[in-house]
Amino acid sequence: MDKFRMIFQFFQSNQESFMNGICGIMALASTQMYSAFDFNCPCLPHYNLAYGLGILLVPPFILFLLGFVLNNNISMLAEEWRRPQGQRGKDPSVLRYMFCSMAQRAMIAPAVWLSVTLLDGKCITCAFCTSVPVETLGNASHPGLSQGEIQRVLARIPCKEIYNGQQLIANEVAIRYLRCISQALGWCFVLLMTTLAFLVRSLRPCFSQAAFLKSRYWSHYIDIERKLFDETCAEHARSFAKVCIQQFFEGMSTDLVAAHCHLPRKAPADAGEAAEKLLGITDQGTMNMALKSWHRCKPPLNLHPPAFPTGNGWAGEGQPPTHPSAPRRETAAYYSWV
Amino acid sequence: MDRFRMIFQYFQSSSESVMNGICGLLALASVKMYTSFDFSCPCLPQYNVVYGLGIMFIPPIILFLCGLILNRQSLVMLEEWRRPAGRRKKDLAVIRYMCSSIMQRAMVAPVVWIVVTLLDGKCLICAFSGSVDPEKFMGFGDVSTVQVQQLLAKVPCKDDELTRNNTSRKAVSRYLRCWSQALGWSILLILIIAAFLARWLRPCFNQATLLQARHWSNYIDIEQKIFEETCCEHSRLFAHKCILHFFESMRQEIKLHSFSLPREGEEPEGEEDLLRGITDQDQVNKLLKTWYYEKPPLDVSQAHQRHPLVQERSPLPCADNARPKGPRCSHC
Repeated sequence: MDKFRMIFQFFQSNQESFMNGICGIMALASTQMYSAFDFNCPCLPHYNLAYGLGILLVPPFILFLLGFVLNNNISMLAEEWRRPQGQRGKDPSVLRYMFCSMAQRAMIAPAVWLSVTLLDGKCITCAFCTSVPVETLGNASHPGLSQGEIQRVLARIPCKEIYNGQQLIANEVAIRYLRCISQALGWCFVLLMTTLAFLVRSLRPCFSQAAFLKSRYWSHYIDIERKLFDETCAEHARSFAKVCIQQFFEGMSTDLVAAHCHLPRKAPADAGEAAEKLLGITDQGTMNMALKSWHRCKPPLNLHPPAFPTGNGWAGEGQPPTHPSAPRRETAAYYSWV
Repeated sequence: MDRFRMIFQYFQSSSESVMNGICGLLALASVKMYTSFDFSCPCLPQYNVVYGLGIMFIPPIILFLCGLILNRQSLVMLEEWRRPAGRRKKDLAVIRYMCSSIMQRAMVAPVVWIVVTLLDGKCLICAFSGSVDPEKFMGFGDVSTVQVQQLLAKVPCKDDELTRNNTSRKAVSRYLRCWSQALGWSILLILIIAAFLARWLRPCFNQATLLQARHWSNYIDIEQKIFEETCCEHSRLFAHKCILHFFESMRQEIKLHSFSLPREGEEPEGEEDLLRGITDQDQVNKLLKTWYYEKPPLDVSQAHQRHPLVQERSPLPCADNARPKGPRCSHC
């Protein structure tokens, strides 16, 4: 139990490193996804562009949304944003901080996908093979081919097996050219992203450090408060259920005593724990009746029952107890994580 | 539990070894990146130079920036540099020391990339194949200048139809690779000698200042970490008190609004009342609704007597202490 508590506390205190871990895992997952994906250029004039750009741009968008979905804090942000003001003011800088830190982490996996795609070169080769400058790289004056036919021939560049335009432009030359452009774009993109990250990270202490410390503290606070509230409610629900069930059994045994006109069986003083736990139900018929009653007529969600339970028991309003001095045996045990 | 605490303490005390670890990981990552990168020279006259030199110099810049970003100490140094002096003077020697140690660590991965690139040779062959003097090699003498340029540009591409099995291509390629590897080894040798001298001769100059600077830079780092941990711990306690206070105020309100007679069978003082006075379905619903519609103010000073651990001196920036005068969320 202690070990789990330590781990829990570690994650609670290092919430940011936990999020960083998830973010790293998603980046690795996106690299894996790319290498496992079987890229299949259609090698047809207009389909190439759609396919290539689609593979380049749609998975990053999906990964970005996934980054938000997997982040637990998104519901916390939404809750904090939409709650009524009440007695506690809302600080927009805290909301901005939470949103920014989530967005930054969610952007890493898409950026990794884009870089890997561009550095690999297949997407750009597929998408832009029809725009290769044939004049400079090949023989534009090759006779007999109309524009449409040239486009069709060029579109087959990525598919080496069916390429039939070797006289127009050599396949390797075109692929090398396109791949060079793609890799240049890829490296420039990575450089741009890294420079942006560096600027964001290094300019912050120069300008708004105090405000940053404040926002970070309160965003952690909101998260921890939410978790602790959930834990407290869970504890309360447990105690509530325990007492409710105990009262049900007591009510049952009181009913039976009244119905069967038995003398109330007083447990002898030295009966011990076992007799107490039986809660007055000591034979098969009584037990069956208790079980049936539990199914047919669950007790009200009200721990101040009147002396005689009335009807089906969903309490509408808090009923004032008629026997305020009825002994209330609350033997809820204390299970606390806090 | 002890093990976790030990690991925690280890990280707290030797942030330098963590930095060294990150630096080593980046160097390994740069080698891996180079081997997994599919180098494909365009083999076209002007594009070669741009591509070759680009691959040689842009990734080192990226790795350098990554080294700065991933290093926690760079943030600490920047904060220390930009903070107002306040009641604690700023020591420039400490900032200089931190800056130099950060720069040294950040330079390792880029240097590894450049050295690996040079020792491998592909980049230089791609970039400078067009600048080779064709007179030195057979097979280029009897061709026009433009064609020579084209041929030379195609030297890095072994599979091109023009250069397949061309012995002059292999000669040029070997020549350039030889230069590239010589350059790579020279750079490595110079850097290692420089590092050796710097480390060996350092104790001869300003050792005392160095020890001081190192101590205080370590101190600043640890102080910041402990401050963050204390803030986390504090916010946990604060949240705990706030929630308990909320439940307590709910209980008071319920007592006020219900017309029950004062109960006699109260719990003995020693036992915690976990139900906290919330004992039926509607009360629970009301509590949950109030939690959403009217979160309690961030002020636990009323709980001061019962819970002396929490000392809230001043209302916090987010707090809105005033009890609302407007309509409360009414009982459903």
